[in-house]
Amino acid sequence: MRTFLKRVLAATALIGLCATGVVAEEWDDGQVKSTREMLKGKRVGFVPLSMGIDLGQVWLAALERDAKRFGYEIVVRESSWNVQSGAQAINQLIGEKVDLLVIHPAEVQAWARLVTKAADAGIPVVQVNMKSPNTGDAYVGANWYDSARLMVEEIHKYCAPANGGNGKIAIVQGVLTSPANYIVRKSMDDFWAQYPGLEIVADQPADYDSTKAKAVASTVLKQHPDLCGFLGMWEVMDMGVAAAVKEAGLQGKVQIVSSGGGEKKSSCDNIENGNFASVVSYEAEDVGFALASVVTSMLQNPPAETGKKPFGVYTPSVAITKDNYKDGMCWDLERVKRNGF
Amino acid sequence: MTRKGLLNLTQERIVLLLTVVMFLTFSISIDRFLQADNILSIVQNVSVLGILGVGMAMSIIGRGIDLSVVAVMAYSVAWALTLFNQDANLPLSLLFGLGFAVLVGLINGVLIAYVEIPAIFATLASGTAVAGFGQFFLVDTDVVFVPGSIGWLASIGSGRTFGVPNSVISLAVVVVVLYWILHRTVFGRYLFAMGDNPKAARVAGIPVRPMMLAQYVLTAIIAFTAGLVTAMAVDSMNTRVVNSTLVYDVILIAVIGGISLSGGRGSVRNVLVGTVMIGVLLNGMTMLNMPYTAQNIVKGAILLIAIIADSVFNPRDEQTSQQGDI
Repeated sequence: MRTFLKRVLAATALIGLCATGVVAEEWDDGQVKSTREMLKGKRVGFVPLSMGIDLGQVWLAALERDAKRFGYEIVVRESSWNVQSGAQAINQLIGEKVDLLVIHPAEVQAWARLVTKAADAGIPVVQVNMKSPNTGDAYVGANWYDSARLMVEEIHKYCAPANGGNGKIAIVQGVLTSPANYIVRKSMDDFWAQYPGLEIVADQPADYDSTKAKAVASTVLKQHPDLCGFLGMWEVMDMGVAAAVKEAGLQGKVQIVSSGGGEKKSSCDNIENGNFASVVSYEAEDVGFALASVVTSMLQNPPAETGKKPFGVYTPSVAITKDNYKDGMCWDLERVKRNGF
Repeated sequence: MTRKGLLNLTQERIVLLLTVVMFLTFSISIDRFLQADNILSIVQNVSVLGILGVGMAMSIIGRGIDLSVVAVMAYSVAWALTLFNQDANLPLSLLFGLGFAVLVGLINGVLIAYVEIPAIFATLASGTAVAGFGQFFLVDTDVVFVPGSIGWLASIGSGRTFGVPNSVISLAVVVVVLYWILHRTVFGRYLFAMGDNPKAARVAGIPVRPMMLAQYVLTAIIAFTAGLVTAMAVDSMNTRVVNSTLVYDVILIAVIGGISLSGGRGSVRNVLVGTVMIGVLLNGMTMLNMPYTAQNIVKGAILLIAIIADSVFNPRDEQTSQQGDI
């Protein structure tokens, strides 16, 4: 009886050993296991401007795809367009000693000090799409200066006298103090000489509000019925400009060059229905890819000294137009929501 | 219209005069200002503001105020559009949106009439609550697009009928309905009595609390209407409008037209005068391509003038005013 029991126990132990052996026997290419070990249990703080916009949503989806596969965690603290609450969130995340901070600043200066504070606390900082003067450890996102150049190039294509237009254009700005707006508008001034023949007959802000944009655009069109084109600053706001153009019966005659992240509904759909002639996109989905890669690599290879050797990953500025919008130039937020990143 | 003399200058007349002066100046100095199309566009560009303005005027006349209108407008319509985008049918989606607005109006009314919280605090809080609730439960993106399949509804905010922009017609309809309610119904007469002196109104047998309830429900319905017109005009509803200063602009056009903040005085006509003035001002300043900061100075200065005129021409009635009234 005793020997029988011993045998049963031995057999069970053997089977057990074999079973664990099978699980442990994961093929290793020499990197995948150690990668997972380095990433496991890490915490990344993500402070987006808002989770209500395509940008926040697609970037989180991108970050979470890697986080899920490699066993790290993304802690989301929204700033909800509010510099104060964003600062609070960042402070708290620094206090919680997260392993890395990803921030999407609403203003150039507002969080600059917090980037330094995080560096002092030994937390690497990645800034996305908009950065304070001190980069932290990495910047991932649009090159706004280049976007401005491309916007001028596009409107020049439609409206310059050399290309058959009359040169008369109007600019509808967002919020004057918002950095994306400020940088783009200022940068445009560097390029009028390079793309000559354009005359700015109106330059008015509409606070990123499509209703105000419609009012401004319809007034400008009343005064300048022969206007050739509008330069806008954000697709959603510029839909108001498009509505004014449509209402004046000038669709197709007045060209709108807008800018944004290249999402299907706001970019390609608006080109398809004739609202916009071009959208200059900084490819928000590409920003997501790049961001996730930077985060995954920085978690494995944290900077020796935080905040000392920053690097940049700039996504290209691309013009989406009638000629190319069907070639998969846009990404689809609905698709990302349904299937993940 | 309390005081005679001084050329009988009520605030409404001052503003009207100011508007006429501005209009003439712009007509002379700006090319193409004075053409039928531009004059229609002046009204069109402020039509949503005007719709919200008459709603606000009604609550101010009843000695209240509704700071939640912008949040109600944004989220009730954004929710209706979200439902429609998720394949609900149009009437049902609209019914849910309207139902949400009515519910918020009821909550406002109960808080103000029965819990007796001052209107300014109750609606300030409920506006924030609506925005938070809407963001969390109802609408998952800041901007909800209007799909092309919306059909006939689009015509309340865009397009023209006999050359008149449809949003101007929408404004006209709301104005006529509100005019009828305020000046031709018992409800309207009670509202004025209540705004003038709530205690006396109560003693006289006016059902003050149910009236307040109805007042805030009506304001919420008007907010929903304004939201629909906005969404149809620009093919989208941007809920970020709740972070803007729109609600102050709405109060501004009501007050500037001569609706006394102490309640009981004013009419729909006052709001129209205020609306047209802001319309002329914005249109002219845009045509002059005036810098934004300068526009703010002009707008701010005009608000100040209107408020000073309000206190001069509609002095407070010491018998019925209370500390804490706005």
